[in-house]
Amino acid sequence: MIPLDYYIALSAVLFVIGTLGVLIRRNPLIIFMSIELMLNAANLAFVAFASVYETFSGQIFVFFVIAVAAAEVAVGLALIVEIFKARRNINIDELSSLKG
Amino acid sequence: MSVDLIVFLVLALVSVAAALGMLLSQNAVYSALFLVLNFVTVAVFYLLLGAPFIAMTQITVYAGAIMVLFLFVIMLLGGGRLPPRNVLPWQRPLAFTLAAVLVVESIYVILSRAGMAGLITSPAENVNSMEYLRLMALKLFGSYLLPFEVTSVLLLVAMVGAIVLTKEERKGRQS
Repeated sequence: MIPLDYYIALSAVLFVIGTLGVLIRRNPLIIFMSIELMLNAANLAFVAFASVYETFSGQIFVFFVIAVAAAEVAVGLALIVEIFKARRNINIDELSSLKG
Repeated sequence: MSVDLIVFLVLALVSVAAALGMLLSQNAVYSALFLVLNFVTVAVFYLLLGAPFIAMTQITVYAGAIMVLFLFVIMLLGGGRLPPRNVLPWQRPLAFTLAAVLVVESIYVILSRAGMAGLITSPAENVNSMEYLRLMALKLFGSYLLPFEVTSVLLLVAMVGAIVLTKEERKGRQS
C-alpha cells in the first residue's frame, strides 16, 4: 500500500531535474536526455493514476508517448549530427539561426 | 513500514540519484549511462504499479533502442566533453534563477497537495498475466486502433525524415 502522493512527488522531482538539465546544461545531447527524463516523469504519473483508477487507458497513452519519443529522438539526433557536420560545433548558445 | 514502501523508497532514492548524476556529470557518456539506470528503476516502478507490458516496453525501447542511439551519436560526434564557452554571459545566472524558482514552486505544490489522492493497492495480484495481456490488447487494438495506426505513420515519417536529413548533406558535399 503506497499512497499515490509518493508516486506523484517522485514524478515531480524527476520532472524538475529534467527541467534543470534543459536550463543549466549547454550540451545539446544532455538537453535531449533531460527532455527524455521529463517524458519519463510524465509517464510515471500516467501509470500511477491508471493504477489508482484501474483503467488501461493510462498505460496505452504511455505506450504512445514512448513511440513518439522514439520518433522524436531519431529526428532530433539526425539534426544534431547534421549541425555538427555543417559547423563542427554543437554549443547550443551559438546556434541562434536556422540557416546552415 | 511495509515491504512495498521500503522497496519504493529505495528505488526512488536510486532513481533520483541517477537523475542527478545525469544532470551533474561532465562527461556525456556517463550522463547517458546514468539515464539508463534511471529508466530501469522507472521500469521497476511500472512493475510495482501493475503494468508489466509498459515496463518491458520501457526497457526495450528506452533503455535499449533510444539510449543506444544516444551513445552512438555521442561517440560519433566526440561530444563527450564540450569545452565550456561563455557566448551568452547573461544566460547562466538567468538559468540558475529560473531553476531556483521552479524548484521552490514545485516543492510548494507537492507539500500543499499532500494527502489528497488515493492509495495504490497492488493490482498485480488482482489480475493474472494472461488476462492482463488480453485486456490490454483489446484496448490497444479496439478503442485505440486509430491512434495506433497514426503512431505507425509517425514512426515511418520520422524514419524517412532522419534518412533525408543525413542524405542531403552528402549530395551537397559532392557538388
